Amino acid sequence: MLFTSYSFILFVFIVFCLYYLLPPKWQWLVLLLASYVFYFFAGRTFLIYILVTTVSTYYAAVGIQDKRQAFEEYFEANKKSLDKEAKKELKEKNKKSLFHILLACLVLNIGILAVVKYTNFMINNINGVMGLFGNGNTLSFVNFVLPMGISFYTFQSVAYLLDVYHGKYEAQRHIGRFALFIAFFPQLVQGPISRYNDLSPSLYAEHRFDKNEICLGLERILWGFFKKMVIADRILVAVKVLISDTETYDGVFVFVGMMFYALELYADFTGGIDITIGVAQIFGIKVAENFQRPFFSKNIKEYWKRWHISMGSWFTDYIFYPVSVSKPFRKLNKYARAHWGERIGKRLPVYLSSFVVWLLTGIWHGASWNFIAWGLGNYVVIMISEELEPLYDWFHSRFKVEGTFLWKLVQVIRTVLIMSCLRMFDCYRDVPLTFRMFGSMFTSWNMNRLSAQAFLGLGLTVADYVILILSTILLTAVSLMQRSRSVRAQIRDLQFVRRMILWWGLFIVIILFGVYGIGYNESQFIYNQF
Amino acid sequence: MAKNRFGRNQKYIMAMFMVLILLFVLQRLVVPKYMHGIVEGAMIAEYYEEEKDHDVIFIGDCELYENISPAVLWTDYGINSYIRGSAQQLIWQSYYLMEETLKYEHPDVIVFNVLSMKYDVPQNEAYNRMTLDGMRWSMSKVNDIKASMTEEEHFVEYVFPILRYHSRITQLEQDDITYLFDKENVTFNGYYMRVDVKAAENVPTGKPLGNYQFGDNAYYYLDKMVELCEKEGVELVLVKAPSLYPYWYDEWEVQMEDYASAHGLKYYNFLEMTDGIGLDFTQDTYDGGLHLNLSGAEKMSRYFGEILQDECGIESRRGDEHLEQVWEKKLSDYNAEKEEQLAKLDSN
Repeated sequence: MLFTSYSFILFVFIVFCLYYLLPPKWQWLVLLLASYVFYFFAGRTFLIYILVTTVSTYYAAVGIQDKRQAFEEYFEANKKSLDKEAKKELKEKNKKSLFHILLACLVLNIGILAVVKYTNFMINNINGVMGLFGNGNTLSFVNFVLPMGISFYTFQSVAYLLDVYHGKYEAQRHIGRFALFIAFFPQLVQGPISRYNDLSPSLYAEHRFDKNEICLGLERILWGFFKKMVIADRILVAVKVLISDTETYDGVFVFVGMMFYALELYADFTGGIDITIGVAQIFGIKVAENFQRPFFSKNIKEYWKRWHISMGSWFTDYIFYPVSVSKPFRKLNKYARAHWGERIGKRLPVYLSSFVVWLLTGIWHGASWNFIAWGLGNYVVIMISEELEPLYDWFHSRFKVEGTFLWKLVQVIRTVLIMSCLRMFDCYRDVPLTFRMFGSMFTSWNMNRLSAQAFLGLGLTVADYVILILSTILLTAVSLMQRSRSVRAQIRDLQFVRRMILWWGLFIVIILFGVYGIGYNESQFIYNQF
Repeated sequence: MAKNRFGRNQKYIMAMFMVLILLFVLQRLVVPKYMHGIVEGAMIAEYYEEEKDHDVIFIGDCELYENISPAVLWTDYGINSYIRGSAQQLIWQSYYLMEETLKYEHPDVIVFNVLSMKYDVPQNEAYNRMTLDGMRWSMSKVNDIKASMTEEEHFVEYVFPILRYHSRITQLEQDDITYLFDKENVTFNGYYMRVDVKAAENVPTGKPLGNYQFGDNAYYYLDKMVELCEKEGVELVLVKAPSLYPYWYDEWEVQMEDYASAHGLKYYNFLEMTDGIGLDFTQDTYDGGLHLNLSGAEKMSRYFGEILQDECGIESRRGDEHLEQVWEKKLSDYNAEKEEQLAKLDSN
């Protein structure tokens, strides 16, 4: 049931009616059942996976909390009778037992994710290595179906468990409500990876029918549909042509493809998230934003704070920091400072932690080398820009351009170009091919090939290009307007007639110019595959 | 209190009303008009403008709407007839059109062309549309859509055709404006006239089939037709029109003959009567034997008219003042179209 299918619209409508018609105390149950129905339609066996994750995480979190509480009570009652050594031993023992519960649950859930997502990738690599050594035997591939959204809900459950383990918040004791947190259907498809303390207050609250909230939710859904159906799915046609015929479309067309894919991915992913947030909002539930105008970032680091925010912060909080402060890294820090000086000593652990983060980010995105190369590509660019800091400082001391509009523009364009180049790994899905196509931009660049005829050969009509150009202008204008104040707040303040023209105008634009219906396969959201 | 609430919501209701009007106009704009070129999509809807008092209704595919001329049946036999035909009309579509027609009128005879027995499952969205879009909403249409939809189709796109045809917004033609609200007739009581000639040469014989048995679904709907006609007291006549292609296999013929005899139905295979009809496939077809041209259709109609009169007992209604008036206008249009097409043909 794709977000852009009729069945999804009907499904949300039915859930919406039940949600507000039944007594508010049952709202969580309506959403839970709806989420499982939604997941059931995605794949009957998928329910087993999400149930295993839900039940194991629930009991692990409750177990950790109960054990900790029991220990604290026991410790409080007996601390006077215990000597220092015994206290320490007791604490250690308790810590270990909590850690064992945590570890067991993490191994189980990350193990499920690893097995279903990465087994064939591993087999492929093992076969490759065996082939290199002349071993003709190959391992057979296994036929695992990747459950929809498994990366998203696994990460969400891991974050929850780690937060409970670290005592950040109490475990949810109602298994049904906890199951809803894991399976909440709008975010099952492509995230965001919500944090329990962010999502749970509105997820479990009882909501009255609020016309304004619902209108805002619908407005957000419309905007998401516009991005996905008018822009992403339209330009997808040209992107497919550009990446499937690499012999014809090299050189300058690689650049065109890069730009087209950047637009497609942005419109697709942010459109999907808009729909997620909008659907949640019509139920009165607040899902955290996942984007903050990323294409206006002035450098890669900033970009990653504004693109897929929930994933970036997940890796920062649950990989980068724990790895950075882990015992081996602290030791490494000490050793590096002592042997290689303050500068390297300070940076080495950070760089290594970042390496782990970007390696895992790449792996999370997909079980193939192109995603790993993409992740490490990001790492290399970020590290290079870190190392070039002194050069930037020198440049800015010589040329007073910092803060000027032109310099900001240069920075934004630079960031867009670098990110678009890195996305080529994702686009071509083949590391050597990506390098070859990237190289062709420098060896076979010929602007004369960019004729009107060539563009029409990409499967789009003149009308399609006009629609794309106008839509992209609108997209950019909305992003620019967001700088000063939320566009939604600006719309809210508009006169009734203007507001209606805007809402219904957008609706009609989607109906008329959206890419859907016969002859068009409802295309999956790109991030759905992760 | 209620008045206040209405007052508060009045502006929303007004806005919604205006949007609905706009969407309605946009839908009319993007829906294909079928006025030139492929006109088959306009045929089904024309029936509703008719006075529904026919003696004979023909239901079926192009083998009827291109091979039978109701004008000849009227002039020569006084039979007031209408063809509810559409391109590649599948048997369940014929059934539901029959069901719908019988809600409007009670003819003496319904003639069904059996070529569609060869299709057992939904075939093609474009052809579905040409039959179904023109139907007025009723349970017959709902069931027809459900029976006809291919896997890629959605019911909602029949309810709101703008969802199906929205992409035409960038391909609009003059016809879309000209025929936004009003359309012209493209047929003459369902007959699609062609006067040009393309002789039938080298008509291919049928390739051997793996299975010659008509499907269960096709028989199911044929049974339903028989039941419906029995219930309504209408005589059902089965025909196979004299089209040389698509090939009509002997095995199919046997099945139809057996079925007709088992159910006491009249069945005429006009392919076996081409000499009696006087068809000359070097002159009487416009597309190499697939369909008859005007000359062929008029010959065929004269032949069939006699059967309808003699064997089905349809009496002439010539002399009925009102019908004479109606047909006078129709015949004038029919002859004008014939003259126009012949003139065009001569100028080419």
